[in-house]
Amino acid sequence: MANAPPTTILDEGVASDEPVGSPEIKVKEVSEVKLEDIFAGVDSDEDDDEEFPGRPERVDRDQSNSPGSPREVGSSVKASDPALMRSFYQRLFPWRYLFQWLNHSPTPTDDFKHREFAFTLRNDAYLRYQAFASSDLLRKDVLRLMPSRFEIGPVYSANPRDRKMFQGSAAFRPLSKELCFDIDLTDYDDVRTCCGKANICNKCWQFITMAIKVVDVALRDDFGFKHILWVYSGRRGAHAWVCDKKARTMDDLKRRVIAGYLEVVRGGAQSGKKVNLRRPLHPHLTRSLDILKAHFQDDVLEAQDPWRSPEQSEKLLQLLPDKELIESLRKKWDSSPERASTSKWADIDAVAKASTSKNFDSKALLDAKQDIVLEYTYPRLDIEVSKKLNHLLKSPFVVHPGTGRVCVPIDTRSLEDFDPLGVPTVQSLIREIDAWTEDSDKQSQQDWEKTSLKPYIDCFRSFVMTLMKDERDVRVKREHDEDQPDSLEF
Amino acid sequence: MKRQDFNRIDAKRRNVVDHRKKQFADPTYKEAQYPHRLNFYATPPTADITLEQFEQWAIDRLRILAELEACSFRNKTLSETALHMKPLLDKYMPLDANSSSSTQLVAQRQKDHYSHFILRLAFSSTEDLRRRFSRVETMLFRLRLSADDMRERAAFVQGLNLDWDPVPEDELRQFAAELAAVSFGYGKKAQQARDEETWCKVDWGRVPDLVESRRVFLRAGKAYVPFREQQSMVVAEFTTRLERALELTARALPRLDEDDRLTPILNHLSKNFVAPDSNYSGGSTAVEGAEITARNMDNLVQHFPMCMSSMHRILRRDAKLKHFGRLQYSLFLKGIGLSLEECLLFWRQGFSKLTDDEFNKEYRYNVRHVYGDVGGDSNRRGGGYSPYSCQKILTEHPPGPGETHGCPYRHFNMENLTSLLQSSGISDRAVLQGVKEDKDNQKFHMACNRVFEHVHKTELKRARDDGVLTASQLETIVHPNEYFKRSYLLKHMGKQQSGGDVKMDG
Repeated sequence: MANAPPTTILDEGVASDEPVGSPEIKVKEVSEVKLEDIFAGVDSDEDDDEEFPGRPERVDRDQSNSPGSPREVGSSVKASDPALMRSFYQRLFPWRYLFQWLNHSPTPTDDFKHREFAFTLRNDAYLRYQAFASSDLLRKDVLRLMPSRFEIGPVYSANPRDRKMFQGSAAFRPLSKELCFDIDLTDYDDVRTCCGKANICNKCWQFITMAIKVVDVALRDDFGFKHILWVYSGRRGAHAWVCDKKARTMDDLKRRVIAGYLEVVRGGAQSGKKVNLRRPLHPHLTRSLDILKAHFQDDVLEAQDPWRSPEQSEKLLQLLPDKELIESLRKKWDSSPERASTSKWADIDAVAKASTSKNFDSKALLDAKQDIVLEYTYPRLDIEVSKKLNHLLKSPFVVHPGTGRVCVPIDTRSLEDFDPLGVPTVQSLIREIDAWTEDSDKQSQQDWEKTSLKPYIDCFRSFVMTLMKDERDVRVKREHDEDQPDSLEF
Repeated sequence: MKRQDFNRIDAKRRNVVDHRKKQFADPTYKEAQYPHRLNFYATPPTADITLEQFEQWAIDRLRILAELEACSFRNKTLSETALHMKPLLDKYMPLDANSSSSTQLVAQRQKDHYSHFILRLAFSSTEDLRRRFSRVETMLFRLRLSADDMRERAAFVQGLNLDWDPVPEDELRQFAAELAAVSFGYGKKAQQARDEETWCKVDWGRVPDLVESRRVFLRAGKAYVPFREQQSMVVAEFTTRLERALELTARALPRLDEDDRLTPILNHLSKNFVAPDSNYSGGSTAVEGAEITARNMDNLVQHFPMCMSSMHRILRRDAKLKHFGRLQYSLFLKGIGLSLEECLLFWRQGFSKLTDDEFNKEYRYNVRHVYGDVGGDSNRRGGGYSPYSCQKILTEHPPGPGETHGCPYRHFNMENLTSLLQSSGISDRAVLQGVKEDKDNQKFHMACNRVFEHVHKTELKRARDDGVLTASQLETIVHPNEYFKRSYLLKHMGKQQSGGDVKMDG
């Protein structure tokens, strides 16, 4: 019963003797109830073979602890510790939801079976074109190889493992993949002052927060996408997975177009002013500017204080238009070094107002100021990730080997509360399981429900459920449509 | 019991409408009419033409297409291309408007129609050819569309039956501000035009270039397009239809195998359409007698063009370089004859802050990949990538924040470029002014050549006086490796002369 394909249920619904018109609604109801039953069944299945008894524990051989047994996890244990990782992937990783997310249906389809996975092994070897017939096989292989991370690629027209059979022919090509975005704080190094390189703090995380706001609303309102999953990348950035069917089947051209539509900050280290926009601003930019203005005051001027030193404020001056204005500002700031950025920003308008030069162009100044706000706040996307259908991106819920943090989804409803430094690490999670005392009246709880990973997995699950529901509705409708012409034949 | 419906047509006699079946059906003769100057090339020609016409028409069109492709390689704008192409089009493929009382109308349009389909046959065999063909055909179509008479263009578009939804009145009111913002930039009559503008709503995927450059308002996956912008929609439609048709042609192509009249002509045509690509084979730019080693690199920098020497300087300053910078620079080094071992040594020493382990893990593979030492079969057999030409550096992968590759003349702002030039010892005012003008006119390679001539003016003068320069060596430099080669040879002219002969062949 547990694995009964839902199609049989649907057939039953269609075959019932209801008057024409109502079957579609009926089907939804029926299948919804049944699906949940199915999931519950899978749950209990999974609990049974938790330990994979017959598998040789190669990696653990040199460890004194026996595999799988609860270990004392001190803070000294590194996140990349194989035994720790193994417990995580064995007991906590949400395999089933990952599977449903990629598969868009409870029973394995080509969406999952022809999906490329790529493993980065512990010796840094990179294993591409892996594919699995079911989530269990994927899980088994991950536990066998214990990759330091794994990535998700596109769905191909055939099983990626058989790609050599189609050497050079068009029969093997990528068909679909979620539209992805990658925002990384290293791209903000010239505007953030608090940290550099791989380090982050809550101050500079605000750049990611505002980036998510701007990109998310553009994807939803402008392009009409609904299923957007934001994931913390484990160290210093965030990924977006746009999972709508329409987004998944886009070709490279369309992906490039969206990336281009969203890209505003252009130019390299030497190109000077990086935002040069046409006026009037495009509605997308007007909206983004509205979102970003507040952030600019609080999170850039106050928190980052990017123009405090004379060298730094020189950078600001170079972005301004009027030569006279620049000169008087420079003079003013030279006389009071270490003036805060907030005051300097206010000075621009004050000085501009004071200068009564006849041909002063206040419109140009306003435009330049808007450009500056955007240059310091507008999302900086790693465009290459979005442009290509066959680009690989790290899977959600993988552990970042450096920080030990789990790549958890970011709930956009409480975006401001997301704390990248408070994200659960493997070490903390395993400790939480160990500290858990069994509640007698609650039976057979999943391991992840005992840890602080629970809210994140809940969030992921509800995302996957809505996605699956949408896909299923489309499918039911199509089947229904296809029935119509047939009935005319008789 | 079998139910019978006597109204149904027997399956065997049913009219076959499936295009897959129709594709292989014998063509029936159909008189072609050309009501419009432009053509979407939907129906193949069926009339007889002679073999000579077949070949001649194809060659004429090919000439046009090759020239168009060259224009795109030279980064010309649409108007520049139009200007450049006009005499050629008039000579080889004239196409007059209905309003002109030309007697040649039908003949011209027939030639256009037939030559398109002949080349379609010739260029459908491989993916690469198909892509290039559809790209240049699209360029040609765009050129003709923009040159077309307003009224005739409207009539042509009307005849295409593209399904565009008009925007309902209430949405027009609701999004008045947004629509105004995107249609504003059309000159002084914007206000007036906006009120009279008719808008239509299409899937955003149909107007990719308008979306990419944010020239339309988007909402819920629909783009609100002013009718003025229909041009880009028509062009996009042309491309998608052509691409689909090319795939079908490719599948039908094997049926031509038996034909020994057409196949040789077609093969010949497609062979002559090889790209004037920047295929700079590694060895040909290497200079004899130069000591090309990692150790000597700091001495050789004086012969590098700005794009490379600025990256070299940054590498020495920061002890690192971002990915595309490494790629561009490594390929250049490969081109000047730096061996793989030396190149690895060069990068190893360049990234001086890294441990051996980090270097080997993160960077070693990429350098080897560039040289074709690792990677897929085709990469290894081809000896890695070829060094980037100016064209590629100018148009592909513009540098993002923190990246230092690209062309300084294009990707630096004027101040940074000036200070870069001055720090390289170029402070001559006339030269700097010239560079600024070139940059403003987007003639980036002219700026680079200007600098080259300035830096080498004494040597160039001597070489000219001695007459050792051939014509090809006076041409504009369009490849960084050519810059190096010429620079090195010029500076070492005297020394080599004493050795006997002057090595200055192109």
